[in-house]
Amino acid sequence: MSHYDTLRHLADSWGLVVMTAVFLCLCAWPFRPGARRANETAATMIFEDEDNG
Amino acid sequence: MVTVVSRAGIWLVALLLAILAVAAAADKGFAIQMGIVAAACAVGLWTALTRADYAGVARGLIHAPADQSRYDDDPIRWGVIATVFWGMAGFLAGLYIALQLAYPVLNLGLEWTTFGRLRPLHTSAVIFAFGGNALIATSFYVVQRTCRARLAFPGLARFVFWGYQLFIVLAATGYLLGITQGKEYAEPEWYVDLWLTVVWLAYLAVFVGTLVKRTEPHIYVANWFYLSFILTVAMLHLVNNLNLPVSLLGSRSYPVFAGVQGALVQWWYGHNAVGFFLTAGFLAMMYYFVPKQAERPIYSYRLSIIHFWALIFLYIWAGPHHLHYTALPDWAQTLGMVFSVMLWMPSWGGMINGLMTLNGAWDKVRTDPIIRLFVISLAFYGMSTFEGPMMSVKTVNSLSHYTDWTIGHVHSGALGWNGMITFACIYYLTPRLWARSRMYSLRMINWHFWLATIGIVFYAASMWVAGITEGLMWREYGADGYLVNSFAESVAAVHPMFLLRAFGGLLYLAGAVIMTVNVWKTIAGSPLREEAPLRDAPYNAVQDRPLVPVAVPAE
Repeated sequence: MSHYDTLRHLADSWGLVVMTAVFLCLCAWPFRPGARRANETAATMIFEDEDNG
Repeated sequence: MVTVVSRAGIWLVALLLAILAVAAAADKGFAIQMGIVAAACAVGLWTALTRADYAGVARGLIHAPADQSRYDDDPIRWGVIATVFWGMAGFLAGLYIALQLAYPVLNLGLEWTTFGRLRPLHTSAVIFAFGGNALIATSFYVVQRTCRARLAFPGLARFVFWGYQLFIVLAATGYLLGITQGKEYAEPEWYVDLWLTVVWLAYLAVFVGTLVKRTEPHIYVANWFYLSFILTVAMLHLVNNLNLPVSLLGSRSYPVFAGVQGALVQWWYGHNAVGFFLTAGFLAMMYYFVPKQAERPIYSYRLSIIHFWALIFLYIWAGPHHLHYTALPDWAQTLGMVFSVMLWMPSWGGMINGLMTLNGAWDKVRTDPIIRLFVISLAFYGMSTFEGPMMSVKTVNSLSHYTDWTIGHVHSGALGWNGMITFACIYYLTPRLWARSRMYSLRMINWHFWLATIGIVFYAASMWVAGITEGLMWREYGADGYLVNSFAESVAAVHPMFLLRAFGGLLYLAGAVIMTVNVWKTIAGSPLREEAPLRDAPYNAVQDRPLVPVAVPAE
């Protein structure tokens, strides 16, 4: 099999599976238990510096 | 004293090398470009000698340490001014080339002022000079504020600013001289590319260095977008500019990739320049400045994280949609199309996240012209990220490709999304950076908003009509199997649309002129313009009196 074919098969089998799994984990991460408070803190953190110009 | 001497020494060596390069140059263009480098070195040398703190040296002071309790805002101030300046240059160039398309006599019969040379000048001026300076300035502002830490490597940050301006000047003068790689958005030649690589790595170092010394535990999501923009642009730039120079003292080089591979690499670069330079970087602005101006946290922080990862994972595959119906393998074209359509979801997720931040504060759209600019920019982001996936569908693309519809699409994104959000950020930053209570005039911001919005409407609408006209005329076959229209006939047919487009550009430029005056007056510290507030309850002095009963004559 040519170099191209090997890479091509890797990309549309395991490569695709790994990428999809990593993507889904990253998207699920903010929904983990206890993330709500962390997200709120992160979202409001930018207002703590109001006295700075 | 040692540092003054060594600094001046480095500038002097660089100056001499540049002069040697002028003398030994293989072609005239390279000699002129090296002359510009020599001039930049001379300015650097002069600054190093005249601006040095001799009094401090005499007193035995080595170097006063920077006050870590203050933000380092000087490069950001320069960046705001540079953004306004390059914006004006880029918009003016755009109007001029729009008029060239309508009236070819404006090419002036000179090789330096032809449309082919001025067009990359326009695109690079608005994308890399106007947009790039806005990105660098806002990223330095946001990373300091969200990390609650002073900028890392102050010397390097100043190098990033000035080095980037030199890149812009070299690129722009190169186009006029005919020095180009001929690749969309990657026109600068090999030596300018190498210089940009150095500047960009310095930029990465300053940004990451500031993230490392942060005092906030969490890295705010805007910084994720900025960092992905800096890293991805570095990767794209390096791969797409793998060129071999013909001579180390000449301006010409040839790409490593050839044929369809070269085309795919180019559009992998080109579309991700849109995706990471013009989208991820500007979304970073949205995630910081929209909540700040609306005084409300982002609608959903969770959504912002999903938005981020979806954008990162999907955008990188969309490039092949620029090569529909070419020699590119069919599967790659379909892949590009599918990923482009999927991109619609994260794009609209991000738009909704930005717009819903105003939930409960929608009245600000009426009273705050800066919020209005943010809202219109998000609206245009939504419109162009709907139009883009639609145009990437092969059947639609067979009509739209190579027509002015593409030009209209790019401009609804660039003028609407990138331009409007940059204007809003300039209006947000200027009073804060120069310690003014507010912009010189809020009503002028309002004028800018309406001129720019109506300008885009003229631009986009005329290009839709022109594009579909061209697409239909080019594919029209007669009964005998011949094409009905010649190319020149389609050009004549869209001439009125070209005029309307130039009118739209004129309105957009007029808005930017008003912004320049407003920013100028604010920085100069003029007293605030006397003007009626944007909204007030009506008051009628004539009616403001008691009702006196009048004797009614008997009937």
